[in-house]
Amino acid sequence: MTADGTLFSARVSGAIADPQLQQALSNVRRRFVASRAAAKAALPEWGALSDEARAIKDHVLAHLDLYLEAWEQKATAAGAKVHWASTAADARDIVLGICRQAGAKTVTKGKSMVAEEIHLNQHLEANGITPVETDLGEYIIQLRGEMPSHIIAPAVHLTKAQVEADFRKAHTNLALDRSMAEPRELVAEARGILRDKFLAADVGITGANFLIAETGSSVIVTNEGNGDLTQVLPRVHVVVTSIEKVVPTLEDVSVILRLLARSATGQEISTYTTFSTGLRRPGDPDGPEAYHVVVVDNGRSELLGTALQAVLRCIRCGACMNHCPVYQAIGGHAYGAVYAGPIGAVLTPALNGVMAAKDLPNATPFCGRCEEVCPMQIPLPGMMRHFREEQVKLAKAPVSQRAGLAVWAWLAGRPRLYRLAARAGMRVLEMIGGRAGRIRSLPLATGWTRHRDLPAPEGRTFHDLWAERQRARGKA
Amino acid sequence: MSDAARERILGNIRKSTGGGISERTAVAQRIATHPRGVIPARASITGKDALTAFIARLKAASITVAEAAQLGEVPRLAADYLRANNLPARLRMGADADLAGLDWQSEVLRGKAEGSDEVSIAKAFAGVAETGTLVLTSGPANPTTLNFLPETEIIVIRIADVVGGYEDAWDRLRAVYGNDLPRTINWVSGPSRTADIEQTIVMGAHGPRRLHVIVSG
Repeated sequence: MTADGTLFSARVSGAIADPQLQQALSNVRRRFVASRAAAKAALPEWGALSDEARAIKDHVLAHLDLYLEAWEQKATAAGAKVHWASTAADARDIVLGICRQAGAKTVTKGKSMVAEEIHLNQHLEANGITPVETDLGEYIIQLRGEMPSHIIAPAVHLTKAQVEADFRKAHTNLALDRSMAEPRELVAEARGILRDKFLAADVGITGANFLIAETGSSVIVTNEGNGDLTQVLPRVHVVVTSIEKVVPTLEDVSVILRLLARSATGQEISTYTTFSTGLRRPGDPDGPEAYHVVVVDNGRSELLGTALQAVLRCIRCGACMNHCPVYQAIGGHAYGAVYAGPIGAVLTPALNGVMAAKDLPNATPFCGRCEEVCPMQIPLPGMMRHFREEQVKLAKAPVSQRAGLAVWAWLAGRPRLYRLAARAGMRVLEMIGGRAGRIRSLPLATGWTRHRDLPAPEGRTFHDLWAERQRARGKA
Repeated sequence: MSDAARERILGNIRKSTGGGISERTAVAQRIATHPRGVIPARASITGKDALTAFIARLKAASITVAEAAQLGEVPRLAADYLRANNLPARLRMGADADLAGLDWQSEVLRGKAEGSDEVSIAKAFAGVAETGTLVLTSGPANPTTLNFLPETEIIVIRIADVVGGYEDAWDRLRAVYGNDLPRTINWVSGPSRTADIEQTIVMGAHGPRRLHVIVSG
């Protein structure tokens, strides 16, 4: 997982100026937000479920070693081969080894953010194995050589016209006069192409939304059924997952599942929820003959017992990005990391270090909507603030920002001078604002005023108003 | 590499978790007793109420529904459905005891599904009223491929197998399978769908485009 944070501001400008992206993002703004709100309103027990889901994950994180051991024991008893990977590089090598052992040429893949995080596709390709993404959104971005721009809707940044162009380029036998203008036609085309890949694959790789300690199972949630075809048809099923995905029991996963789809797409439940335990049983006519689970750490265990532990409660629903005004404006790619949006702005520095995050902790207006809609109640704004503080401590914040804060801190320690400066500053801004009362361009803050006007201050400073109010109260 | 990695990862986790005897007991206990959590009122229903809610939610999820007073009516209802939808009179099915003995009016292919099958029929292990969810279990009776390869699937569910919430389905599953769950448990809550292109919902992304449920006494 790399974060190319240096060019964040350039990517943001590009994203805002991209009409196709803006058209595609309007779907996030309209549909995801309204659907989730309706699903939440239809479930009076939402608050209680959310409290309980949070408690389940906190309990697991406090006993993570024991739950992982319990899960491993059950999974192994059912025929699973469990692999542990400390780093992304170890994880990709383990998966490559399994594919080679199976003599695989093509592997089909269900959607997995952990597989994205460890850059699995690139590694397989470099070693002569062709990975085929089967989730429609992932398939589209694989054709384009892009990263997902959203946790659950990887191609949400694209319009149907862009997808049509990609299909016409990649599917060379597509008749020119065949209509491809509508999503229905594009889906039918992808279904046909991918059906053959499913049937031909030697290995199927999926992620896991959950691991269940009680039963040793892995769980995937999809709407398309692609994950199921990926895991039921090939001889070998490989699950790539991470240590924090384990939950104690089937009852516990039921509580969390009541929140997952509702938070993600506003569905009451996803179309397919699949619980996989071990390999095909004697007498079973279908199912894999080998089942491998690769459990990835990649920095997560370092977060336990720290101020960032709660980020491991995340169930990857994507509600935080759907509701984030920054994400809604710039989409996922501008974040320059595998995980976008508020969760990405926290996960990227949490897993890769604060140096890797660069501008990401600043990609927030601190409006708090992400925390408000998070079903696992992760304090995302507080965590972004934590990384800002870390960056300032390490002197990694931009010079202009640090200098500005230093001047402000110096002034704030001198109340009389501060009040004088505030009054003077206000006059100046009021003058610049003129009759319109709006400031279109401000020296030293052009980045702020490029895309919006600053309302000019009017009247007196807060300090003056406060003092007057206190005096008035004293008289009364 | 893997064993060393296992020790490194678990060791790193143990720095913050403690992992004493009391913790071990608490974890083992929770797994053994699997206590129920918050169950919404909409899931705390049984009998006729559960059946009514179940059928209403199936329909809301673009599933068509037919009702049979008894299993013997299922072949006719299945044939009617195939005819009405201009589908070939040919069904792929497993060795399910309830389905195997029926007098089918359509050609029957036994075993797991193949890529060329157009219609499959399977029997659900349970139906969950809470969200209109069909629970299907893998095995020779109802192979998993039946639920994903054909473009059309017919699922038969016995009225007695409709429960209120997910937890009720788990209890039944434990009662039947004990400690050895089937390889795959599928919760199916509608036809296959995608909204990956411009958030427009399209049915039949990879799995069945059409799902027809026959609720049978």
